[in-house]
Amino acid sequence: MLEVRNLSKSFGGLKAVSDVSLDVPEGSIVGLLGPNGAGKTTCFTMIAGFTQPDTGSVTFRGEDITGMPPHKICTRGMIRTFQIVQPFAGLTVQENIAVGAYLHHHDRREAMAIASQVGKRLGMGNMLDRPASSLTIAGRKRLELARALATGAKLLLLDEVMAGLIPSEITEIVGIIRQIREEGHTFLMIEHVMQAVMSLAETAYVLNQGKLIAQGTPRELVKDASVVEAYLGHGAAARLQDENHA
Amino acid sequence: MSSLILPAVLSGLMMGAVYALIALGLTLIYGVLHIINFAHGSLLMLALFAAYFLHYQLGIDPYLAIPIVLPVFFALGYALQRGLISPMSSGSEQNVLLITLALSMIIDNLALYFWTSNTRTVDIPYAYDTVEILGAYLPLGRVIAFVAALAAAPLLWLFMSRTRIGSAIRAVAIEKRGAELVGIDVNHTYAVCFGIGTACVALAACLLLPTFYVTPQVGYTFVLVAFTTVVLGGMGSLLGALVAGLLLGVIESLCGLFLGESLGQIGIFLAFILILLFKPSGLLGKVGR
Amino acid sequence: MKFNSVGQIALVVAVCAYLLSVYFMASPVWMGFTINALIVAVIAQSWNITGGFGGMSSFGHAALYGTGAYASAILQVQYGVNPWLAFAIGIVAGAAMGGFIGALAFRYGLKGSYFALVTLAFAEVLRICASSFDITGGGSGLQLKLEPGIANLQFPDRTVVYTLLLVVVALVMLVTYMIKKSRFGAYLVAVRENEDAARALGIDTYKIKVQAMVISGAFGGLAGALYLQLWLFIDSTVVYGSAVSIEALIGPIIGGAGTVWGPLIGTLGLHLLGEGAKHLLPNAPGLNFVLYAIVLICAVRFLPRGLMGLAALIGTLKTRKDEDHA
Repeated sequence: MLEVRNLSKSFGGLKAVSDVSLDVPEGSIVGLLGPNGAGKTTCFTMIAGFTQPDTGSVTFRGEDITGMPPHKICTRGMIRTFQIVQPFAGLTVQENIAVGAYLHHHDRREAMAIASQVGKRLGMGNMLDRPASSLTIAGRKRLELARALATGAKLLLLDEVMAGLIPSEITEIVGIIRQIREEGHTFLMIEHVMQAVMSLAETAYVLNQGKLIAQGTPRELVKDASVVEAYLGHGAAARLQDENHA
Repeated sequence: MSSLILPAVLSGLMMGAVYALIALGLTLIYGVLHIINFAHGSLLMLALFAAYFLHYQLGIDPYLAIPIVLPVFFALGYALQRGLISPMSSGSEQNVLLITLALSMIIDNLALYFWTSNTRTVDIPYAYDTVEILGAYLPLGRVIAFVAALAAAPLLWLFMSRTRIGSAIRAVAIEKRGAELVGIDVNHTYAVCFGIGTACVALAACLLLPTFYVTPQVGYTFVLVAFTTVVLGGMGSLLGALVAGLLLGVIESLCGLFLGESLGQIGIFLAFILILLFKPSGLLGKVGR
Repeated sequence: MKFNSVGQIALVVAVCAYLLSVYFMASPVWMGFTINALIVAVIAQSWNITGGFGGMSSFGHAALYGTGAYASAILQVQYGVNPWLAFAIGIVAGAAMGGFIGALAFRYGLKGSYFALVTLAFAEVLRICASSFDITGGGSGLQLKLEPGIANLQFPDRTVVYTLLLVVVALVMLVTYMIKKSRFGAYLVAVRENEDAARALGIDTYKIKVQAMVISGAFGGLAGALYLQLWLFIDSTVVYGSAVSIEALIGPIIGGAGTVWGPLIGTLGLHLLGEGAKHLLPNAPGLNFVLYAIVLICAVRFLPRGLMGLAALIGTLKTRKDEDHA
């Protein structure tokens, strides 16, 4: 569904991303992992059209979308979310979701109906009329997801959707993502929470200092102690081993 | 026509130095507090009136008024930042713009109320003295203003780089939180900086008055010129403000020469729009928009 | 239209009651004063579209107002064009100027203070031009010939003028309400709150912002053309001066930016205050602006959402479906 080939980007003299290629097959959940500053978010911004890559190409559903502005990419069915979630304050939860729904439904009533439907699907039925600014972090992350879904996008690029959540909230959102996937959506997700990636993603890519250094199933990556030691921090392998036994 | 160009350029440079001095104050405030002081021109107008009344009532020459007006306006700037702008704006850029806009409305309209819209000038013995430079006759007052304004810039730079409070100001400008942690009183430093910016305006007013006029509306004319200078020079850059001020003085003078006196300032505003659109970081600025 | 508190309803009822009471006061002073305030309310609503809903604070809305007034005046005075047609072209000219400034400013990503300053500079350039060229009457301005009659869009009866203005203000507010409740309105608020998130959701933010400037320009041109028909005289300071730009932004901020009623409430409130001051201190031109400024400072500090926001806190009604902040 999404093919990224040889993507590179420099800021000043610094190579933020170099020669990254990855594939996201339809219906899958693909993880993009790596330490802080590895270039994951830069990859996202290029794939979603927020910054122009220096070289490389992005193909979505067979169409070359390299360098296309984000709003056009979104119209074609691919959408990104943001690590720092900021709902549109001054609008209610339902109106926030409707902003997404307006993409393909120009009539307010239709858009609001879709917003309500999507909101309920994500378990936000009882907060549709609340001001979006009153939501908790977990609520905002859900809202971000709901807004993205309401656009009718088929491929969702999620940027650290679980960061800042407590374990019970993570379990909930993992369930929601599974459910959305069952409904026919595809995911590419940046994630720090290994546990979540392990249980969700079929394939994962590991990025370090702008370069892809490994790919495979999460279990393979985790078992590969050298990868974990080198790229998720010293002692991480041992900790993960403990977690698996626990 | 060509024989008029050199005098026009020279007279533009003279005025440009004063623009630069006014802009130095504005850019200093922007560079440190990251706020745009919309009342900067109104404060200039106020300082012009202060110098005017010192001369009119007490017979003090505008140049000799500098040691009086400068500290008073430093204190005024300090008090405005500490007592009004900072507490009322709650730290938002948009609010600062609105608060300083309101401040300028208050100053301008009160001036209009108390002093009427009459144009006033000071009557000094050397008003019509001229100096010959490269064959052009320039008013003595303008030449003095030029020299003094150009001298003020390096003094300000020395102050910023050599004194304790200067280093504190620079520290706060770069990293507010860090400066706070090492024990710098940020609010005090901000207010001092605002005071210095206002003192620049007071100096400019004293230098300007002998060859200029004062009305309550004069601040508005200057505030736009000062913004243009600051943006052209790069927001927060002292050297940039100096270069840009001189440049704009020349642009204004040449536009006046070729398009007629009333259209002289159009050159400045067109320059402003073009810079904002194409190079908002200015000539010497580092940061983007 | 739904309101979410007793306070807001009371505020709106008070405004409507005042506007109706002008009919029965039989006082030309009050009527004249309210007529002026209504024209300012139109330019305030114009500012509200971009500054309130879109979060793009302009300091130079006089550029739109003056363009509407001058376009209409030039056509009538210099070319003898029918006043109705000239009036309509004035609105279009305002919209075009809005689109032009917006297209330039947003093409290069100006926002915040930079946008405020560039709009101010545009207004100033236009003011200087208007006072320098023959076609605009130069420094002496343009005067329409006094020819009362519907055909010339000149009404000697102030009550008729007042009624027509009420209709215009109501229409402008209706359009604003429809914008607020439309896809475009939701997009505009999304752009204000978080431009990157808006882009990710498929919004062409550049287009939305320019469109907002076009609508705002049409309202602004309308206000300017109304002013011309009422006073039959304009000059560069009157229609391109900074006072217009200040009045355009101050009403909505006091009344409640990004609300349908805020600009009207704020403008009327301020003008009542200014008028009161005028009666107390008759020979003090500009004193009303000092008062406006003090109110503006207080509003910025204590009423971040204006009078409508304050009123919303009084007697909040139970949350309903599809609630809005009116």
